[in-house]
Amino acid sequence: MDMTFSAEDERFRQEVRGWLAEAMPEPLKEKASNGAHYTPDDVREWHRILHSKGWAAPNWPERHGGPGWDVTKRFIFGEEVARAQAPTLSPFGIGMVGPLLIQFGSDEQKQRFLPKILSGEELWCQGYSEPNAGSDLASLQLRADRDGDEYVLNGQKTWTSAAQYADWIFLLARTDSSGKKQEGITFLLADMKNTEGIEVKPFLNIDGTPAFADTYFTDARVPQSNRVGPEGGGWSMAKALLGHERTGIGGVSEAARWIARIKRIARDTPVGTATLADDPAFRRRIARLQIRHRALSMVNYRTLAAAQLGHAPGPESSILKIVGTELGQELTELAMDALGHSAQSWFDAPAGVVPEYQRWISSRFNYLRASTVYGGSNEIQKNIISKHILGLPGA
Amino acid sequence: MNFELSKEQQMIVGSVAGFVKDESNVERFRDMREDERGWDPEVWRTMGEYGWLGIAFPEQYGGIDGSFLDMALILEQFGRGLVPEPYIASVVLAGSLVLELGSDDQKNGLLAPMLAGEASLALAYAERQSRYRLEDCLTTASVEGDGYRISGEKVWVLNGHAADSILVVARTSGEQLDRDGLTLFVVPSDAEGLERTAVRGMDGQRSAMLSLNGVAAGPEQVLGPVGGALPALEWALDRAAAAACAEAQGALKELLDRTVDYLKNREQFGVKIGSFQALQHRAAEMFAEVELCKGTMILAALSADLEDPAERAAEISAAKVQLTDGGWFVLEHALQLHGGIALTDEQDLGLFFKRVRVLQGLFGDADHHVDRFQALPGFAA
Ligand SMILES: Cc1cc2nc3c(=O)[nH]c(=O)nc-3n(C[C@H](O)[C@H](O)[C@H](O)COP(=O)(O)OP(=O)(O)OC[C@H]3O[C@@H](n4cnc5c(N)ncnc54)[C@H](O)[C@@H]3O)c2cc1C
Ligand SMILES: Cc1cc2nc3c(=O)[nH]c(=O)nc-3n(C[C@H](O)[C@H](O)[C@H](O)COP(=O)(O)OP(=O)(O)OC[C@H]3O[C@@H](n4cnc5c(N)ncnc54)[C@H](O)[C@@H]3O)c2cc1C
Repeated sequence: MDMTFSAEDERFRQEVRGWLAEAMPEPLKEKASNGAHYTPDDVREWHRILHSKGWAAPNWPERHGGPGWDVTKRFIFGEEVARAQAPTLSPFGIGMVGPLLIQFGSDEQKQRFLPKILSGEELWCQGYSEPNAGSDLASLQLRADRDGDEYVLNGQKTWTSAAQYADWIFLLARTDSSGKKQEGITFLLADMKNTEGIEVKPFLNIDGTPAFADTYFTDARVPQSNRVGPEGGGWSMAKALLGHERTGIGGVSEAARWIARIKRIARDTPVGTATLADDPAFRRRIARLQIRHRALSMVNYRTLAAAQLGHAPGPESSILKIVGTELGQELTELAMDALGHSAQSWFDAPAGVVPEYQRWISSRFNYLRASTVYGGSNEIQKNIISKHILGLPGA
Repeated sequence: MNFELSKEQQMIVGSVAGFVKDESNVERFRDMREDERGWDPEVWRTMGEYGWLGIAFPEQYGGIDGSFLDMALILEQFGRGLVPEPYIASVVLAGSLVLELGSDDQKNGLLAPMLAGEASLALAYAERQSRYRLEDCLTTASVEGDGYRISGEKVWVLNGHAADSILVVARTSGEQLDRDGLTLFVVPSDAEGLERTAVRGMDGQRSAMLSLNGVAAGPEQVLGPVGGALPALEWALDRAAAAACAEAQGALKELLDRTVDYLKNREQFGVKIGSFQALQHRAAEMFAEVELCKGTMILAALSADLEDPAERAAEISAAKVQLTDGGWFVLEHALQLHGGIALTDEQDLGLFFKRVRVLQGLFGDADHHVDRFQALPGFAA
């Protein structure tokens, strides 16, 4: 075991840092230094820039356009991106459906979809959850009935993040209700912009933004060639993808940004004739969370290393999700405490009420409440750990 | 000892609960959230007519001579419906100070119309650098002729956008952190040199950021002793903290009830999710925290009128810390146990969540109150 970075790794770190400093357009840099909210257009622009450098998909194999980095380099890249506070790319394409297609897609599907996922030209969303199928995803009811060489879709998906911006949706549909509920689920790809019968109704999240949507399907037709894997084989693929999702939303690098942000608030917050950063009690609160973040980074590193050896993200990735999301929430809570009276501010406040980099903090604090719910709630993750890692009997 | 509410108190609770249910439910709050003023003068007048605004004030000024606990019971019910009228800002903060420090003229002129629901008040004390220390004041009032000129900035003045008059804390002598030298001024909201920026907060309620640029104040606008406002201010802020605990109590109870209800109805995996022991335990712990909050809230309300500042401070800081620590458990798990549905603006959960989070921070956060608690003379004994 060796936890030091080689000279080569350090050189790579400098290369990434230097490139980020040059490549980020000024408006994005300003947003980064303000910790401001990136718009979907900002993210698209950044995706294009990363793609032109060949760095959009660190987790993809080289033959599909990944940069061919080993675990250490990916880790370093993640750290540097967090340090620069560059936009985070939409996870649905690069992080989820891309790897899934690489693993299970047909050659035609790979050729059709992967390049545009990689380039960011086509954005994706995830159609899993339904009003009555949340944690119990396998009970989903959206029907896909065969008609010639098409499927006809009827039903509703809900909580579809970013559906209103997406060009494509990957979804789970029921093609058979006769057997076990896990059987009879099929994985489909649907064109959001050019399919009649798909309707998106965005609604407001408690963070005050239209973060997600209800997505309705009424006789929406999807060609059979857009099915990934065999009919009725969607569940095992969905589970494989959930593994990717769990590593993706652990939020270890996001946590690093929050730690930096909290320190900045503390330095900028006068308390009497000193600042909050001079208050030992407050410094201890930051330090505790920073230490927890270090411990979590190590778990993240081990998970990535296992992946590097060709193991699929195993049940241990559940730990990342639980601890990562809880830590993320605690960090936003600490940021709110740091703000004092200004914690009651909201992102639509007139200019000057709070410094610009604090404008979105209360909104993000609200948004992150969702992180322990989506991608498999933390209760579900704990069920997985007790059952599959600890071997405890079922209730 | 007697923990029962009196007949009168039960009646008040019943009628306020009825009002919240029938006339001021969360739907009204949603409307008011989009309203420029953020609250309804008509409802404010009704509250005045029912005697709810003056419940803890002397009859002489239109009050009905009740106790602080009576007032807290009203606020607790308001919390269940997110009633947006500026009760804490106008009645508890400003009202307490006028009652304590005002001349007869000031009480008649300011208190009586406010308690009748004809006007509203606000208190401007916080500044950008002050955090929760009341004595930390950079706004100055310098003598000019027989009056003063006030200059400085105040932040997050609750109801400052709508109040007819604002009580402004300014320094007439001393340095930034001196306990002596603070004076209260009654500043009409249309005073020359007063700029107000209305701000809607995370909880949908409104405040103002104030900029005072040489606002003139005559001697009749001084409220209480020149240079000696701090003890009364501390008292008023303690009462406001106790009031915040009371309002939050209603909201926490609402979150608990709605969560328990949801656990009994939502099905996943073919069963009610309330049958999962992990969630049952969470609900049991939420229940415990709500009860702990209730206890400390009542103690805080009972001690809000105490003369001895140390005794008062102990109970009020305890309640505020319990609200922030124990209440936080209720907040986060009310959302968590609802799953995705809690994270939408359409559902009410988030509205209660945000309101309580704001109340936790108002009038001193947990760090502030823990610090104060451990510095009290009784702590070392
Ligand atoms: C902001 C946000 C974005 C989202 N984005 C997407 C998206 O893009 N695409 C998509 O398909 N979905 C998305 N989701 C949906 C998300 O995956 C679901 O919310 C999640 O699966 C939980 O389902 P639910 O909301 O129906 O809650 P429920 O499953 O009803 O859960 C309610 C509560 O019960 C608990 N619970 C359930 N079962 C058990 C059990 N067996 N043991 C113990 N506790 C249990 C849960 O942990 C939770 O606390 C998003 C959700 C949010 C909040
Ligand atoms: C100091 C002491 C004094 C005591 N005095 C008395 C006494 O005066 N009279 C008397 O009759 N008994 C007494 N007891 C016994 C006590 O009541 C038992 O220890 C208790 O009932 C737990 O039973 P157990 O030790 O067999 O543990 P178990 O019942 O085997 O429990 C083991 C663990 O499983 C948990 N567990 C068990 N069932 C469930 C469930 N359904 N859901 C979730 N978790 C569960 C428990 O909480 C515990 O953590 C005493 C015990 C102690 C330690």
